[in-house]
Amino acid sequence: MQKIGVFVCHCGTNIAATVDVSAVAAALSAEPGVVFAREYQYMCSASGQDLIKDAIKEKELTGVVICSCSPRMHEATFRKAAASAGLNPYMVEIANIREQCSWVHKDKQSATEKAIILGRAAIAKVALNTPLKPGEIPVTKRALVIGGGIAGIQTALDIADAGFEVDIVEKKPTIGGKMAQLDKTFPTLDCAACILTPKMVEASQNEKIRIYSYSQVEAVGGFVGNFTVKIRKKARYVDETKCTGCGLCTEKCPVKNVPNEFNLGMNERHAVYIPFAQAVPKVAVIDADCCRMLKDGKCGLCSKLCGAGAIDYKQEDEIIENKYGAIVAATGYEPISLDKFDEFAYSKSKDVITSLQFERLMNAAGPTGGVLLRPSDNKHPKTIVFVQCVGSRCEAHAKKGKEYCSKICCMYTAKHAMLTREKYPDTDVYVFYIDVRTPGKNFDEFYRRAAEEYGVHYVKGMVGKICAEGDKLKVQASDLIADKQLHIDADLVVLAAAIEPDKSARPLATLLTASMDTNDFFTEAHPKLRPVESPTAGVFLSGCCQGPKDIPETVAQAGAAASKVIGLLCKDKLTANPCVAHADELMCNGCSTCENVCPYHAITYIDKEFKMPDRTVKVRRVAQVNPAVCQGCGACTVACPSKAMDLYGFSGKQIYAEVDAICR
Amino acid sequence: MKDKNELIKEQILYQSKVNVRKCMRCGKCSGTCPAYDEMEYHPHQFVYMVETGDIEPLLNSESLYKCLTCFACVDRCPRGVEPAKIVEAVRLTVIRQQGKNKLKPDDIPDIIDGEIPQQALVSAYRKFTK
Repeated sequence: MQKIGVFVCHCGTNIAATVDVSAVAAALSAEPGVVFAREYQYMCSASGQDLIKDAIKEKELTGVVICSCSPRMHEATFRKAAASAGLNPYMVEIANIREQCSWVHKDKQSATEKAIILGRAAIAKVALNTPLKPGEIPVTKRALVIGGGIAGIQTALDIADAGFEVDIVEKKPTIGGKMAQLDKTFPTLDCAACILTPKMVEASQNEKIRIYSYSQVEAVGGFVGNFTVKIRKKARYVDETKCTGCGLCTEKCPVKNVPNEFNLGMNERHAVYIPFAQAVPKVAVIDADCCRMLKDGKCGLCSKLCGAGAIDYKQEDEIIENKYGAIVAATGYEPISLDKFDEFAYSKSKDVITSLQFERLMNAAGPTGGVLLRPSDNKHPKTIVFVQCVGSRCEAHAKKGKEYCSKICCMYTAKHAMLTREKYPDTDVYVFYIDVRTPGKNFDEFYRRAAEEYGVHYVKGMVGKICAEGDKLKVQASDLIADKQLHIDADLVVLAAAIEPDKSARPLATLLTASMDTNDFFTEAHPKLRPVESPTAGVFLSGCCQGPKDIPETVAQAGAAASKVIGLLCKDKLTANPCVAHADELMCNGCSTCENVCPYHAITYIDKEFKMPDRTVKVRRVAQVNPAVCQGCGACTVACPSKAMDLYGFSGKQIYAEVDAICR
Repeated sequence: MKDKNELIKEQILYQSKVNVRKCMRCGKCSGTCPAYDEMEYHPHQFVYMVETGDIEPLLNSESLYKCLTCFACVDRCPRGVEPAKIVEAVRLTVIRQQGKNKLKPDDIPDIIDGEIPQQALVSAYRKFTK
C-alpha cells in the first residue's frame, strides 16, 4: 500500500504569486496513494524540512513528492531530509513548479493547472520508485591542472600545499602564461616578473608538482575521482633532463629571423630558443618549422655546440597516460584578432599596437629594453592615443568584436597612461573611453590618479578613424562632452583589444564534456553559489577560462578551485549515482547498439552461459554495464531495439506512468 | 491621441528600422563622420534626439543635407545602430512634404565641380524628389 506525502512550496512569492499553491495541495491530495498534502512558505528552510521529516515518521510515508524549484537546486537537500527521517532518499521526487511553471507563465489559472499536472506526474512516478542504494567509487588522489598561467600555477601550488600531487599541463614551452609578458601590475604597480617568477620556481621545485610543458591534453576518459588522461608531450628536440639552459645554442643558431611570439612579433628569435630568461623549465626548444636541420637535414650546429649533449633531432612526440581524481581547466585568454578593425589602421601601421604589445615595449626584458620607442622608426613617441573597448561591448552577432566587457582594459590603460607620463613627462597622453569601469579595491582611486596627478587626458568619446600619413597617425575622434570632433596627430596608438578564451578551450571542453557559453567561456555549475565548479562532476574552473578577470580575482578563484579539488581528493570514497543502466540479459540480443552509443564506454559484452528450457546450455553474448562508469544518461535505453536496457530510478515503466498522468 | 511629434518619431523608427535604444553613447559615429564640421547636429545627436523625441530641431536643420550618406557610421557602430539610416528617415520626413524639395534638377549642374566626391553627388540625387 502506497503512502505518498505531497509538499507544495510557495518559494516566497516565486511560486505562490503565479500558482495557487493551496489549490495544488488540495488537488494532489485526491491522487491515488496520497495520504498527506501540505503547503509551506519555504520548504527548503529548516522548519520546512522538519515538516517533511515529521510527516514521514508520523504517517509512515513510502514516497515523497515535493512541488518546488528545479531538482538541480534542492533535490539533494530534500533527499537528505528524507534519509534522516528513515526513508530511502531515492523515494523522493521533485515536481519543478518554479522554473518550469511559475517563472515562465503569467496566467494564474493555467499555471495552477499545469502545476497540478506536474505534481500528478511526479506522484505517478514515485509510486513506482524502488529504494536504491548508491555504491562507492574510489578516488585517485592526484589532480590535473590544464594551463600553466598564473591561474594554473596558483591552483597547483594550493593543491600541493594540502599534500596532494598535482600535474600542470602547459601547451607552451614554459609556464607563466600572459602574466609573464606583463610589465607592471595594477593597482599597486609591482612588477609582474617580481611576483610571478618566484611562483614559477616554487611550482617547479615543489616535489608534489609535475610540470608537463610543451604538452597538450589529447584524450580524457573516466569520471569524477577516476579520470584517465592522455597527454601529448610534443617533441622539443632537446632532452629536458640534460639541457642546462646555458643558452649557447640559442645564440649561435644561424636561423635568426623568426618572429618572437613572446614579444608579439616585435623582434626576432632563433630557431632554437628559450622563450624568456626566467622560463620554467629553463630548457631550450627547437622550432621544427624553422630549424634547418629538421627541415633539410643541413646544419646541426646546436648539436655540435651543446656541451651537455642535450640536442636530439630524432625526438618524437610522447603520449603519457595518467590517472587523476580531479581536473582543473585554467586555459586563460587571448586578445582578439584586430584584422577586421580597418578603421584603426592596425594592419596598416606598425605604430598602431595592442596593449599587450605596449606591455612588452615598456618591459625591461622587452624588444626595446624597456625604453618606449615606437616600432616603425624607434623614435620616442610624443603624442600617444589609447583607444578603449576595441572589440568589447559590441552588438550580439556583430561582424567583429565581442558582446561582453573585457573588464581589465580600463585599469591597464590607466596604468599604461600613468607609467608613460611618469617616465616621459613631455608626452601627451589621450585616453578615449566610452565608460571608465573601475570597480575593485583601490581601482577607481588609481584611475583618478592617472587623470588628476599624472595629467592624462581622458576624453569621453570614441575614435572613429585612424590614417597613417607620413610619420604621423591622424586620429579622428569625437569628444562628446565638448561636442567636438577632435583631430590628433599621434605618434603611437594603443588599442585595448577585447579578450577572448584561448582557442584550446573549446576542444578541451569537448574532451571534458564540460559546458561552455556562446563566447566559449566555461560555464560554472551555478553563477553565484558554485562559481569555480563546472556542471561536470570533478571538473573545476580557474581564471579567465570562465570569464574575463584581472590578476587579484584570478588568484582568488584559483585558490577557490584548489579548495574544491582538495575537498574532493581528501575523500577516500565517493558516493556513486545509483540511477544507472542495467541490462536484462534474457531480453538482450547481443547487437552492440548500446555499446556504440554509450558516451562513457560503460558497456561491455560478455559471453554468458544460459540454461535452456530443454536442459541444454547455450552461450549467448549479452551486454553488461559497469555501474561505476555509467552516468545514467539513458542513451542506451533509447537505442536498445529489444528494450533490454533500463535505468534504475528512471525505468521505462516510470516514464510511461508520468506521461500517462500528464495526459490523463 | 498621440501628438504630432510622437507620430513623426514612430514614422522615423518604422522607416529606418533602427532600434535607437541600442545606442551606448560611445560617439564612434561622430568620431568617424567626414561631414562632422559641416553639421549642426551630429550622427550621435540624431540618434539621441530621435530617442528622446526632440525631433523638431532636426527637421529644421541644414544638417539633414550635409550627411554624405557614406555609411561610415553604419559600418563602424559597435552596437549596430546605423545612425545614417536615422538621418535618412528624418530627411525623408521633411522632403516628402509638399514644396519641401531641397534640390531642383536644374541646380545640379551648378554644384558639380572637379572636387565634389562621387558619394556626395549620389547622395544629393538621393535627396532629390519630384
